Amino acid sequence: MAVSDADVLHVAALARLAMPADRVPALVRELNGILDHMAVLETVDVTSVGDDARTAMPRRDDIVGSVPLARPLAQFAPSPRDGFLLVPRLSTHSQLGATEGDE
Amino acid sequence: MTAQDVLDLSAAQTARTIADRGASAADVVTASLARVAANAALNAFVTVASEADVRVAADVAPQGILHGVPVAVKDNIATTTLSTSCGSRILAGWVSPYEATAVSKLRAAGAVIIGKTNMDEFAMGSSTENSAFGPTRNPLDHSRVPGGSSGGSAAAVASGACRIAYGSETGGSVRQPAAFCGIVGVKPTYGRVSRFGLVAFASSLDHIGVFGRSVDDAAVGLQVIAGHDPQDATAVDVPVGDYRAAAGRPLTGLVVGVPTEYYPASLDAKIRAKCDRAIDVLRQLGAEIRTVSLPHTDLAIPVYYILAPAEASSNLARFDGVRYGPRAAADDLSDMYERTRSEGFGPEVTRRIILGTYVLSQGHYDAYYLKAMLVRERITQDFANVFASGVHVLFTPTTPSPAFTFGARSDPLDMYLSDIFTATANLAGVPAMSQPIGLVDGMPVGGQLLAAHFREADMFCAAYALEHALGPEALA
Repeated sequence: MAVSDADVLHVAALARLAMPADRVPALVRELNGILDHMAVLETVDVTSVGDDARTAMPRRDDIVGSVPLARPLAQFAPSPRDGFLLVPRLSTHSQLGATEGDE
Repeated sequence: MTAQDVLDLSAAQTARTIADRGASAADVVTASLARVAANAALNAFVTVASEADVRVAADVAPQGILHGVPVAVKDNIATTTLSTSCGSRILAGWVSPYEATAVSKLRAAGAVIIGKTNMDEFAMGSSTENSAFGPTRNPLDHSRVPGGSSGGSAAAVASGACRIAYGSETGGSVRQPAAFCGIVGVKPTYGRVSRFGLVAFASSLDHIGVFGRSVDDAAVGLQVIAGHDPQDATAVDVPVGDYRAAAGRPLTGLVVGVPTEYYPASLDAKIRAKCDRAIDVLRQLGAEIRTVSLPHTDLAIPVYYILAPAEASSNLARFDGVRYGPRAAADDLSDMYERTRSEGFGPEVTRRIILGTYVLSQGHYDAYYLKAMLVRERITQDFANVFASGVHVLFTPTTPSPAFTFGARSDPLDMYLSDIFTATANLAGVPAMSQPIGLVDGMPVGGQLLAAHFREADMFCAAYALEHALGPEALA
C-alpha cells in the first residue's frame, strides 16, 4: 500500500496544508518508510477485541469542500432574498440613487 | 545560608527554610533567575519571567507545600502571565486568556513560575531539536540533546535552575528527557492530573508530568497537581494518595516484574548491566523479583505513530489563522488557511499531520487507525494481566541509549524508535517514572518503574528505596 505523490497532495489538501512540489518526494519517501514499519500490525489477531471501536466512529467522505458557516446564512438576518441580505434603508441610500420603496 | 544555597535544597526543604525565615522567597526566586541566565547557552527557556514579577509573586505566595519554590513550566501549559507558544511559530507570543488547572494549583501551593520551557513543536519530537526557537542543549554535554519533547524542563532542572519543572507526555516526553539528563521524571495515570489548559496534541495519550531533581522533588511536584478537576472530563475522581509517605517504606512484600520484552538481545550491554544492578538492589532491599511478559510490546511504536498523528491532525486543525495563529495574506479563505498553516508549522508537525490525515482517510482507516485502536487494547490488556497476577511494579530501562548527539537521528523513524520503552505506558494509561541508575560512557541512563492505574504510591515506594540505596552510584 505504497504512498504516492498524488496521495500526499490529496492528504495535504484535506489537512489544509500548502505543499510545495519540491517537498513531496521526501515526504513520500518518509511516509513509506514509516508505514512499512506499521505493516507488522497486519499480523495481529484482533478478532476478540474492540467491538465498540469497530462500530462507534461515524465516517464521512474525504472531500475538500468549501468552508461551511457554522449557521445558515439566513440565521444572520431576518430577510434574505435571492442570495442577498435585505437591510433597513438608511438616509445615505437616497444619496446613492435608491428608488422609493426599496428596503 | 545564601539564597543560592537554598536552591540546592530539596523543594520541600526550600519551602520549610523560607517558612522558618531562613531565606526570603523573593531572594530564592531571584537566585533561580540568576542560574537561568548563567545557563542561557542551554536555550532551556522560551520565556523567562522578569525579576520584578517573580519577586512580587514570591512576596504574595501562599504558605503552602511549595512556598517560594521556583518552578518551570513547559511552553504548552497555559499561563496568563507568560506566553504559551508550544515551541511553534504559529503561536509565538500568544498569551492564554485562562490558566491551566495544574498551574493554578501550583500557585495555590506557593510555587513561583520562573519561565516557560523550550520543547519540540507541539510536543512532537524526542530531542527538542524541533523547536521554532532553536534546540535545547543537554546540561551534561552541550553536544548532545536533552531528550524531548520536554527537553527545556529537563535541562532547567538538571542545570540547577529549579528543583521541579513540569512537562507533558504523549509517548515518553517526560521520562525520556529525565533519563537523558540524569533526573527523575514522572508520568502519572491517565486521569490523575487535569489537562485543562494543556494544549492538545493527542488527547487519548496526553498527560501532564513532572520533573524532579530527586524522587522526593518529583513526589511533591506530583502531589500538588494531582486530583479531580470538573473542567477536564478525563480527570478521574479517585482520592490522591500521599506519595511522600512511601519514603523509607520497606520493600518486603513488593513484587517487581521484569518484562523480558524490554530486554531484547539488541539492548546496549552497558545499559542492561545498569538495569541488572538496579534489579539486584531491589532484591537485596526485600523485593521479590519475578520475570514477566508483555507480549505486545513490540507493537507499541507502530500503534503509537498511527494514533498520535491521527489525533494530532484533528487537534491541530484549530491553528488556521482564524481561531489561532497570525493570518497569512492570501486571495481567498482556503488559500489563507493553507498558507497560514504551512508558514506556521515546522517540518515534523507537517509530517505528522500528513501521516495522521492519511491513516484516517478513506481506504486506509480500517487498515491503520482502526487496527491500531484494536491492538492498543491488546497492549493495555498485557499490563492488566501482569498487575492482576500479583506484580506491584515493573522495572525496565527507560531508553535504548543514552542521550545522542545533535542530528544523529535525522531519519524520522529512527527518532520515533527512541520511544520504544516509554510509549506503552501512554497507550495503556498506567503510571510510569524514570530515575537515574548510572552512567554509560559518561552520560546518565534511566531505570523505569511502572505500576497499575492510580498506584503511583507503589512506584514511588520502589523509587525512594532505589535512590537511597544507589546513592551517588546512580550517577556513576
